[in-house]
Amino acid sequence: MEFGFTFSNTLAAILTIGIISFLWRDNPLYKLCEALFVGVSAGYWFVSLYYQNLLPQLFDKLGLTLIITPHADVKEGALQVLFKQGRFDERILYIFAGILGIMMLMRLFPNLGWVSRWPLAFIVGTTSGLYFTTYFQSNAMAQLKSTIIPLNSINNIVIVVGTVCGLIYFYFSKEHKGVLGGAAKVGTWFLMVTFGASFGYTVMSRMSLLIGRIDFIFSTWLGLVK
Amino acid sequence: MNDLIWVAIKFMFEKLLRIDRRIIFLFVLIALIVPLFLNISQHIAISPEVRDIYDSLRKLQPGSRVLLAFDYDPPSAPELQPMAVAVMKYCFKHNLKVIIMGLWPQGPLQANLAIESIKRDKEFKDNPPIYDKDYVNLGYMTGNELVIQGMGTDIQRTFPRDYLGNPTSSLSVMKGITNFSNIDFIFNLSAGYPGTVEWVLFAVDRFHAKLSAGNTAVQAPQVYPYVHSGQLSGLAGGLKGAAELEKLLGFYGKGTKFMLSQSFAHIVVIFFIIVGNVAYFATRGKKKK
Repeated sequence: MEFGFTFSNTLAAILTIGIISFLWRDNPLYKLCEALFVGVSAGYWFVSLYYQNLLPQLFDKLGLTLIITPHADVKEGALQVLFKQGRFDERILYIFAGILGIMMLMRLFPNLGWVSRWPLAFIVGTTSGLYFTTYFQSNAMAQLKSTIIPLNSINNIVIVVGTVCGLIYFYFSKEHKGVLGGAAKVGTWFLMVTFGASFGYTVMSRMSLLIGRIDFIFSTWLGLVK
Repeated sequence: MNDLIWVAIKFMFEKLLRIDRRIIFLFVLIALIVPLFLNISQHIAISPEVRDIYDSLRKLQPGSRVLLAFDYDPPSAPELQPMAVAVMKYCFKHNLKVIIMGLWPQGPLQANLAIESIKRDKEFKDNPPIYDKDYVNLGYMTGNELVIQGMGTDIQRTFPRDYLGNPTSSLSVMKGITNFSNIDFIFNLSAGYPGTVEWVLFAVDRFHAKLSAGNTAVQAPQVYPYVHSGQLSGLAGGLKGAAELEKLLGFYGKGTKFMLSQSFAHIVVIFFIIVGNVAYFATRGKKKK
């Protein structure tokens, strides 16, 4: 990273000030910075997805790169193996991934939009299959196991009471009255504390981002802070 | 007389309740900027979660393989970059072999920035980290959690080439590494999805890898239950976690430097919350009468 009044640092500083200026009021500099951000992000992600996803994961594996432009890294793709040597290469299965990808783009055409439901169904199906056991094991069983603890310290009591009362709050098969109502009330308090802690962490996080930009302006750009 | 005092207080409180939000922004901005110019050290208390990371690192023998997963991008750098620099410095100083990778496209670039800053550091100027001797960068791999799943079976197949285009099998740091069973410790720096949750779900619970994490403050509350259940061996959350990690590892950097600004800003925010609530309840009570 360069320090001082270089072109890139000055541009970054102006853009930072432009974005922060929204706190004062909406203004043309903010609009310009916002439009630049959206445009650059879209361009960056398009190039990134092409070079880091489509090219190495699909075109290179199938050998399409070899057909379009000779590529130094690719010696032979699945298509070359199939057509030149007559052998089946498992990489040819990537062609189905490519077809599913094209089917997804059919959403752009109103008459053919229904075609995109097939790859979506594939994604939903595989993701559920992948996550079903993993989530159950990691987020249900492991967490349940860590709640079965001896009540020999304040921490442990808080964990057990908080978990039980929190669960009772979400138990809607019986009216929240009497002991159940009291426990649900305690559950509400635990939930409020959780949300408060989350909000506190969020404030801390946002402050950190602002500190990062301020440090960039005063240290990297202006060189006032060592 | 009492009524006169009450009218004055009420007038002041009503003024406070109508305060322009930009004045509050200005106070917060001043609270963030001024400490950057002050040379005051702040006491940083160490939490058990961060100490767990330190303990895990300390147990590693020289030559151990440490996988650093950079799952964040520049917006989260103020919180996570100090952690990355501190952990990397510790690894290089104690001769631990570092393997860098990322499930976010800009993650491995952040790793390169961290290494550049370490090379500029006085402590490492005579003995800078060398590529393929002290560390390798496998780069970014698309596929989110499926990449972790693939690494559990075969890391070199999942990452056939490193960041520079060298075959992974030709790298000396990667010799003898097949899957997570050959990795001694994983440290995940995460700012969202895919990140620590996915590493816990797939690397820890499925392949029994040893994992610690550094998270943005926003994400930390979601990840804390994994520490208590033992699925995660330590967690550093936000800038505070970064400062704690720097203190424990003995490398003071931006995490410690920024903490003073953070604390000042928090004091300002807390002050306005208290004043706002007092003003609200005081004026509301009077209206009811």
